[in-house]
Amino acid sequence: MTLDSTFQFLGLIVVASPAVLLVVLGLPMLLGKALSESVQSNFTKAAVLTGLSAAVVILGLMLAFDSRHVPIEFGNWVSIPQEHFHFHLKFVFDRLSVPFAILTFVLCGTVGAFASIYLHREAGYRRFFLFYAMFLLGMMVSSLAGTIETLFFGWELVGLSSALLIAYFHERPGPVRNGHRVWTVYRVADAAFLVAALTLHHLTGAGDFDGLMGTGPWPEGVAAIDSWHALIVGLLLLVAAAGKSGMVPFSGWLPRAMEGPTPSSAVFYGALSVHLGTYLLLRVSPLLEASLPLSIAVVVLGLVSAIFGTLASRVQSDVKNALAFASLTQVGIITVEIGCGLRYIALIHMIGHACLRTLQLLRAPSVLKDFQSLENAIGERLSTGPSIWQRIIPKSQRAWLYRFALERGYLDGFLNEYIVRPFVNVFRWCDLQERRWTSFAGGGEKRESDGVSVYGDSLEDVV
Amino acid sequence: MRELHLPWMELSVLLPLLGAIWVSLLKNRDTARIHSTVICALTLLCATGEWIDFSSLHTFEAHDHWDMLTKVFHKDVFVIDELSAPLLPLGAMLYLMTVMTTLKTKVNRFSFGWTLFSEAILLATLSCRGPWLIIALMSLATVPPWIEMRSRNQSTRFYSLHMGAFVALMCVGQALVPDDVSSLNPPIIGGCLLAAGALLRSGVAPVHCWMTDLFEKATLGTALLFVTPMTGAYVVMRLVLPIAPDWALQSIAVVSLFTAVYAAGMALVQHEARRFFCYVFLSHSSLVLVGLEMVTPIGLTGALCVWLSVGISLLGFGLTLRSVESRTGRLSLDSFHGLYEHTPILAGLFLLTGLASIGFPGTVGFIGTELLVEGAIGVYPLVGLAVVLAAMLNGVAVVLAYFRVFTGTRHTASISLKCRKSERVAILVLTALILGGGLYPQPGVSSRYHAAVALMDHRGVKVVDHTTQTEPSTEPSPAPPSDHSQ
Repeated sequence: MTLDSTFQFLGLIVVASPAVLLVVLGLPMLLGKALSESVQSNFTKAAVLTGLSAAVVILGLMLAFDSRHVPIEFGNWVSIPQEHFHFHLKFVFDRLSVPFAILTFVLCGTVGAFASIYLHREAGYRRFFLFYAMFLLGMMVSSLAGTIETLFFGWELVGLSSALLIAYFHERPGPVRNGHRVWTVYRVADAAFLVAALTLHHLTGAGDFDGLMGTGPWPEGVAAIDSWHALIVGLLLLVAAAGKSGMVPFSGWLPRAMEGPTPSSAVFYGALSVHLGTYLLLRVSPLLEASLPLSIAVVVLGLVSAIFGTLASRVQSDVKNALAFASLTQVGIITVEIGCGLRYIALIHMIGHACLRTLQLLRAPSVLKDFQSLENAIGERLSTGPSIWQRIIPKSQRAWLYRFALERGYLDGFLNEYIVRPFVNVFRWCDLQERRWTSFAGGGEKRESDGVSVYGDSLEDVV
Repeated sequence: MRELHLPWMELSVLLPLLGAIWVSLLKNRDTARIHSTVICALTLLCATGEWIDFSSLHTFEAHDHWDMLTKVFHKDVFVIDELSAPLLPLGAMLYLMTVMTTLKTKVNRFSFGWTLFSEAILLATLSCRGPWLIIALMSLATVPPWIEMRSRNQSTRFYSLHMGAFVALMCVGQALVPDDVSSLNPPIIGGCLLAAGALLRSGVAPVHCWMTDLFEKATLGTALLFVTPMTGAYVVMRLVLPIAPDWALQSIAVVSLFTAVYAAGMALVQHEARRFFCYVFLSHSSLVLVGLEMVTPIGLTGALCVWLSVGISLLGFGLTLRSVESRTGRLSLDSFHGLYEHTPILAGLFLLTGLASIGFPGTVGFIGTELLVEGAIGVYPLVGLAVVLAAMLNGVAVVLAYFRVFTGTRHTASISLKCRKSERVAILVLTALILGGGLYPQPGVSSRYHAAVALMDHRGVKVVDHTTQTEPSTEPSPAPPSDHSQ
């Protein structure tokens, strides 16, 4: 077996293991069969361990043979050769994707093991692991994607599984509303991503990262498009990244995402999903070098998000929310690092932060007990003295700042007031005009649907 | 013209036609449902056989073997080509799935005889290319929903007004089209009237309200079957595309694009599930029209792919809604219903079909939507942005409806709301099509690309093969003689 075929085989295992897991967990649900908790848990463990082992072996081989860029080709998924349209299915193992893939397997494995106990006998156990498998597949495809379309594929899977897991406790309206809110923000981010991907496709004739970044492995590639195009595509990708990572102005979804079960909060919004935006920026980092205004925009966005995150995290009364905003602070700093061209530092920061935050979030349910243990150990209450900021900032401004942080920068209110409400009002007005028109031309004042009430004409009522 | 190995098209039309007569004679509604299902299944078999047979011939068009209609009328009445070949099995499948998933609670309201009659008309419409015959069949197709609404004591004024206008526009428009017509020598008034008629039938804003009215007043099954085959788009392809000048097509594309965004926005503010579905459908069918009018190989291929994917996915979406309605009555979207725990499989299918319709990765709609947006961005970047905006709004609306219908509260049921066997079969078939078409899209895309090239050739636009040349994708060429006067 040659080195290339070994890489091909191992690469296939890395991508296929979460895909197989998704099929194994999803197919019985479709057929109306129920797998037991232990079977699901064992399948999950097997898939994660298989994928992780293959990824680690790939890393070992890359180090041993000094390979910095290992493309795994699956050929064209779809092609129209006459029109030069190709949807190329390709995965790349390099210094960026391999650490992120291994990180994904490690954290998902940890959280999977935790969840199998934490969610024991929960009604939604099967549903959780199905979405978990979808998330794992999405993360692997996104991490290893060699083309922007492939990355989009994984990106969407991550978004859907995240939104559905936020609404995991779906017998209550709160989690469902929050899940939908997050899904809406993700759709905006996805739209920006799709337009960026297709613009890129249009400009370069292919969505291949090799074509986009020119020759040279990550992070030494040079963008193959001019600075204006880099700025346009880069700004669209920045919107996509901001949406996915909860950066300003989309930060309002971060505390809402904490409605999901703790294991999913840990792995999604503390560790992996929240870093997917910064991962995207790292992947297309040669674009930043091609356009100085784009780099400045990235730094500014990161800085604003970091400051906002640190302010908001300090006033949260809920530990998961505090951790969510603390994550945003770090994500903002990572974004600044990327904008400044410090790619390796950003990558290391991302991995370290993801591990720490997963641990903190998994400990979150027992945080009070931890504090009590700590206080018992030291024999006194934990207390914090006034910080330097309390001495510098006048009281009135501190109160304003506190309110600003407590209201999470009024970001949700701003989006509701200036985007959602006008949008809804315009279409409600259109609906009213349609009603008038149908009443006038149809000769009736009332719509059939006006009389619809919850279970008004139900079979159960008949029974 | 090449010949199929069997008279597939005639059989596809004859079977439901005879079946309609037979079923209307049956007194027992349950027996009628079973017989209708068998007839629809046989029709689907014939339509699929036609598609496979046609694909094996590697030709642009073909007619039936032992073509009785040709012998009677001395010209090809039923002709299959690359555009209509997959539409016939799709249409037959729409009917089979709808009839099969009709629950006992609905058999007294849903007329199987008229449904089979509608199927025969639909398949005949898709099988023929003569303009007057298409107009006659399309006019006839408007009758069964009208009869149903009358029988349910609903006002048909609004529906009659619009369908009357549709028939009048088509007839006058076609009468004004001369025989020697082509896109280089377009009949302005006739072409405009035909386009207006086709757009009215497609439900393009601002003449779309008849569709919401239909969904309000007819049974959901009948309304679904009347709109989901997208015969308005078919009329555009057959009667308008070959003769319309570029500016006319661009105008249609702009109006359709507006409808796509408008309907997606309207879907988000609806209070009731049927109206919501209607707007989601309108938005998607308008996107198909946008692609059809771009007349670029990529855009047209995307539109033809989306046509099929939307047909499959929104059929599933609509049928799921219908199944839920059969259990709970009409659904308000102002409150949560929490039906997931009782019907998890229906919930899954609702989400899957909804996501497939918006082109979610891994589903049948993904590649079509990508091609559509790519084609749009290639021609007008702003059009591409609007298509993405419509898809985004539809995505938000679909998940909102899922949450409202299946989650948000705990529903206590006094009877079992689980899926019935027939529903489960339909769900499995649709899931297989949605995921199979999504994971292995190449055959479908290749087939639709050939159809797109052939249609452009028919219009007089020569498509340049980029594998051998690097010229612009399209260039005008002398138009072939139009068979518009057939």
